[in-house]
Amino acid sequence: MTAALEMRNITKEFPGVKALNDVTLTVKKGEIHALCGENGAGKSTLMKVLSGLYPSGSYNGQILINGEVKRFSSIKDAEESGIAIIYQELALAKDLSIAENLYLGKELARFGIINWERVFKESEKWLSEVGLTDVSPETRTGTLGIGKQQQVEIAKALSKKANILILDEPTAALTEQEVEILLSILREFKKRGVTCIYISHKLKEVFSIADSVTVLRDGKTIGTYDAKDINEEQVISLMVGRELKELFPRIEAVPGDVILKVENYTVMHPDLDRKVIDNISFQVRQGEIFGIAGLMGAGRTELVMSLFGSYPGAAVGRIEIEGKHVKIKHTQHAIRHGMALVSEDRKKFGLVLGMDVKSNVTMASLNQIASGGVIDPNREVIRGNEYIRSLQIKANSVETIVGTLSGGNQQKVVLGKWLMTKPKILILDEPTRGIDVGAKFEIYTIMNELIRQGVAIIMVSSELPELLGMSHRIMVIAEGKRAAEFTAEEATQQAIMTAATGGKER
Amino acid sequence: MSAKTETVPVQPSRVQNWFKFDARAYTMIGALIAIWVLFSLLHERFLSPTNLSNLFLQMSVTAILAIGMVLVIVAGHIDLSVGSLVGLVGGVAAMLNVWYDWPAIPVVITAVALGAIVGFIQGWIIAYKAVPAFIVTLGGMLIFRGALFGTTGSVTVAPLSPGLKAIGQHYTSDIIGWIFGIVGLLIAAVLLLRKRSSRIRYGFDVEPLAVTLLRMGVTGALILGFVGVMNSYKGIPVPFVMVVVLALIFTFITRNTTFGRQVYAIGGNPEAAKLSGINIKRRVLLVFVLCNTLAAIAALVLTARLNAATMSAGQNYELDAIAACVIGGTSLIGGSGTIMGAIIGALVMGSLDNGMSLMNMESFWQYIVKGGILVLAVYVDIYTRNRKKA
Repeated sequence: MTAALEMRNITKEFPGVKALNDVTLTVKKGEIHALCGENGAGKSTLMKVLSGLYPSGSYNGQILINGEVKRFSSIKDAEESGIAIIYQELALAKDLSIAENLYLGKELARFGIINWERVFKESEKWLSEVGLTDVSPETRTGTLGIGKQQQVEIAKALSKKANILILDEPTAALTEQEVEILLSILREFKKRGVTCIYISHKLKEVFSIADSVTVLRDGKTIGTYDAKDINEEQVISLMVGRELKELFPRIEAVPGDVILKVENYTVMHPDLDRKVIDNISFQVRQGEIFGIAGLMGAGRTELVMSLFGSYPGAAVGRIEIEGKHVKIKHTQHAIRHGMALVSEDRKKFGLVLGMDVKSNVTMASLNQIASGGVIDPNREVIRGNEYIRSLQIKANSVETIVGTLSGGNQQKVVLGKWLMTKPKILILDEPTRGIDVGAKFEIYTIMNELIRQGVAIIMVSSELPELLGMSHRIMVIAEGKRAAEFTAEEATQQAIMTAATGGKER
Repeated sequence: MSAKTETVPVQPSRVQNWFKFDARAYTMIGALIAIWVLFSLLHERFLSPTNLSNLFLQMSVTAILAIGMVLVIVAGHIDLSVGSLVGLVGGVAAMLNVWYDWPAIPVVITAVALGAIVGFIQGWIIAYKAVPAFIVTLGGMLIFRGALFGTTGSVTVAPLSPGLKAIGQHYTSDIIGWIFGIVGLLIAAVLLLRKRSSRIRYGFDVEPLAVTLLRMGVTGALILGFVGVMNSYKGIPVPFVMVVVLALIFTFITRNTTFGRQVYAIGGNPEAAKLSGINIKRRVLLVFVLCNTLAAIAALVLTARLNAATMSAGQNYELDAIAACVIGGTSLIGGSGTIMGAIIGALVMGSLDNGMSLMNMESFWQYIVKGGILVLAVYVDIYTRNRKKA
């Protein structure tokens, strides 16, 4: 029997990074095939290749559908071959009705006039296919819960005659009940011969539904296994099974006093009635690196953004800095209390790309280079040069536009901006994402220098080797809750992954 | 040593570097010269002192509005209300002066305060209540025009007292003109030399001294030539003196103050600015206060020049001001733009108006040509930017 889908020897390169290296994926007809791997292992890239988002020619390798070689130059091409992908972030127009969403871009119309009666009738049919019988197709989509919106997405995919359905982290935002509904819909589809690729971190779900499992690691296929022949622990060890190849110049901490104490901290989602952080407590000492681990969507970024006063959702709980109870309502408060946050997305949150190095470095501490609100250009250049030198930012001068720098150097500019504020607590969210190995090492060295000076560092990272290699303590968050905490000696990739994927508490 | 010795990126050739200040600034000045040459060929009196004096007088209102508009657009907003605000403030000023016999100085103070208060209210709704500036100022545009009709009872208010008229109609005497010219020349020279020496101190590339001197010479010739031409008619129009003073003040604000820097950061990336602890709301509020205060000053100039407050005063001026900013290289996305560019943009718009009126072109042509030039200017801007990226 020919496979429903074969991806052969797929290699996809981005400038400086091989995101996929000779990846092969074979999915049998009518099976539910799970795709597992750590953050950044290449799952999403592979699916973007398959869905035509990265057009044919931008990667090497072959895609075969039912044994036929296909070249997709657009998402539309892939859809025509029966491939539909449902992303974690749902792509529905929330202000349109369900029916309008289902037929968006392929309206049932004659001479441009929509036949609403037919639209609603057909919509009802598709909705009942996914078990959504209790809502009218005229309902505004935004009024549905996330679980039902996802069912609408699936109905939409079906209405496009999809026979290969790809779900990318479909349950990240769902309640347990909604997950059950989703899984039963998928089992129903399987009976009808729909092939399904299921990408998930949650191995429990994977094992309750998948027929086979393919594991990716560092952009390579590790193997495809029959779900009956393998268990959760084995999959975890296949996912993380790499050596600490990179060099981590960790120095032993001389922990000082507790500088930050967070107690019973809960953060609400800004729009939904859902806790993104649920009753977390921890403390950080001067001169240590406190790592925060967790899967994507576990709430790590929300936690640190909220502590820094820059998360829109409401937060309750007690924060103490240097023994004093503080309330941080907005970023200015956080900065005043000696906090600094290097966010995970430097282009979106860290830099004004059109401005030069010195303007970016001084942005959070303009009062240091100005008197009476007037900037002293000499002092600005001196301070800018100071950070170019101490952080070894490779830029022509302080007047180089930041947008022209490489990722690593941009990240150092963000670091420079925060170091200039003389922080006591430095929060680093994915400090080395998208930067090359050399620059990573330089950033680790800077971190070490800072803890020597007594700065407390909180590091959020998806790269386990980095967390293990640099942190003195690691807290694991799973689905908004504190799942475990390890000292540097106790922590292993296996233990962290087990805790992060919802394994037993310790 | 600074890190600049560590990398050797591809540099444009040195000569190119000395003259590079801004390809876009050159494009703008080039366009202005082209327009002037064209009109001087079409009409012999275009470059006469009388007409040039008129031109600078006429463009002053747009230029003052454009100075404020640059700040608003750089911060990532828009202000559609300034035209109507010019009408309203002008009406109030004329009423106080003509009907209630207020002398010039209290009238000026009241008018400026009115502008500031209006700016505070609009800015507050925009910054703190998060209503889009487009909507708030669109509402303002209607409200202020309506308020003008209501307060003045829809009649023209004239004539003004001589003190108030002076703001729009007086000229500097020859001596004062020359003093301005020479002081301006000296300041320009000192600034150029100081910038050069501090660049040398910090190890930046500098142009050869000859180029700096050449630049000083050109600047000087322009300033003194301008004063000479103006003096051969009646002197420098007071409104244009105000434009120059305001342009200098606001250039300083945008380039040398923390406030100015933060406004550019807010426009460039509001998220990053917010996370850097910049109080975005307060800055945006202040930007609108400044913009509308400038609109009040423009209103005084216009009313004084016309010696009357009319019902249609200031109509569509917001569009001229926005066009001046955009022609002058201000990005509508926010984050970039200069005061100097906006002044040149205002000069372009003013020259088109003036030249076409001089040639007795019918007014419908003037609208069409100005609209076309605006679209063309932005097209050229986007085209050159994209080419730079590629």
